[in-house]
Amino acid sequence: MAISPCSARAPYNRSSRAASRAIGPLNDMEFSSLRFADVVVASPVGRIDYLTAGGLEQALLPLLEPSADAPPAIVLDFSGVHYISSAGLRVLMIAAKKMQARKGAIGVAALQPMVQAIFDATRWNQIVDVFPSVRDALEALPGTALAAWELTVKPRTR
Amino acid sequence: MKRIHFWGTRGSLPVALTAREVRDKVAQALRGASGRTFASDRELDDYIDSLGMQVRGTYGGHTSCVEIETGSPEYVLCDLGSGARPFAQQAIARHGPASPQTYHIFMSHVHWDHIMGFPIFIPAYIPGNRIRIYGGHPDLEASLRRQHGAPSFPVDFAALGATIEFVHLQPGVDHDVAGMSVRLLLQRHAGDSFGYRFRSAGRTVVYTTDSEHKLVDAAETERFIEFFRDADVVIFDAMYSLAEAISVKADWGHSSNIVGVELCHLARVRQLCLFHHEPALGDAEISRVLAETRRFEQITRTDAPLVVTTAYDGLDIDL
Repeated sequence: MAISPCSARAPYNRSSRAASRAIGPLNDMEFSSLRFADVVVASPVGRIDYLTAGGLEQALLPLLEPSADAPPAIVLDFSGVHYISSAGLRVLMIAAKKMQARKGAIGVAALQPMVQAIFDATRWNQIVDVFPSVRDALEALPGTALAAWELTVKPRTR
Repeated sequence: MKRIHFWGTRGSLPVALTAREVRDKVAQALRGASGRTFASDRELDDYIDSLGMQVRGTYGGHTSCVEIETGSPEYVLCDLGSGARPFAQQAIARHGPASPQTYHIFMSHVHWDHIMGFPIFIPAYIPGNRIRIYGGHPDLEASLRRQHGAPSFPVDFAALGATIEFVHLQPGVDHDVAGMSVRLLLQRHAGDSFGYRFRSAGRTVVYTTDSEHKLVDAAETERFIEFFRDADVVIFDAMYSLAEAISVKADWGHSSNIVGVELCHLARVRQLCLFHHEPALGDAEISRVLAETRRFEQITRTDAPLVVTTAYDGLDIDL
């Protein structure tokens, strides 16, 4: 399943260097995001449950709402998420709906086996696009985000 | 408490198999038996039991009515859906109409599917019977009286022969009723609903139907975890899938199998019983939901296994 193409929005006049934003710990979960051209890669880390899902929602909200600075696409890097409850799945559904409403795209990448099993059992892969890796998600998007990401992140293992 | 017996398990409306659906089940069973021989009734029973509920039976059926057998001669019921009718027939058949009985009935709320069995609840017509109806709603009595008379029903409430009492129970405190400790919890549902936590003889049963969990309020989630804490059985409103419950059917007042598993895991419950089935679901779909729920329980389990069952009309759960 491919990420839906972004809207016809003009590319961002940003350098390809990543712009980063760190929220820090949200109870037992941490959240940070990096911007690669017109795509934000957001990285929650930890356990997303009824205690932490609200924090994730608050952290994602500025990325989801329509604004001049809103990214046309968001990739959620779930490589650091070891559990997600229904409260967290709800946040993903809200995020998908908000992005769809403004003709943006959102995908979840690099699911750990437990989280993948939860997605399978709840059929959440029909709610939000799922990719094996962040690279795969970026590759499915038009624009220069993948090239920017590779320049910044390539040395790391993804 | 000794046993739970389910007389009505369907949400919103009673449902019945059509002739075509019964025929399809028979055809499936016969196809599976092709070439087999059964040397005894036992072998035949084993074959039937192997078929799965979607072929050998049906989930039913009647709307909400659950009996808790306490070991005392007094009856305890949760809700008065259409399942109250077969319950009453069984009770009358057991004792005969001339033997006065006491019935304690706990009402989750007063929506139609939970009260529709009362006009045909035969014990209410028999002098000498005592019927005590408990609930947290101030309009409980008015709701039952309203449906029991013209133009909705040919017999007026005032004509009922039994002694009928309405007892308002305050949520959040323990009440002693029929040898049990009973506690109510206010639930999210149009017009409000109440969950019940019954404790007796070292056993705990929670009856929580018509209850939506919005998943946005940690304090609310923790109230339910405490309400379910260490229960032997939780009878849980699993009417919708998780996706439905938080999207197209948000604010419809019901929950999902997934949230049921999560709450029961957090509360260290022993057995989860999925209840209040969506009337649009057939037997094969309810069987599939049960299998998916068991799979979800298994992969998210971090402690002792949670037994997952799904209610059907006629199910017994021994405590």
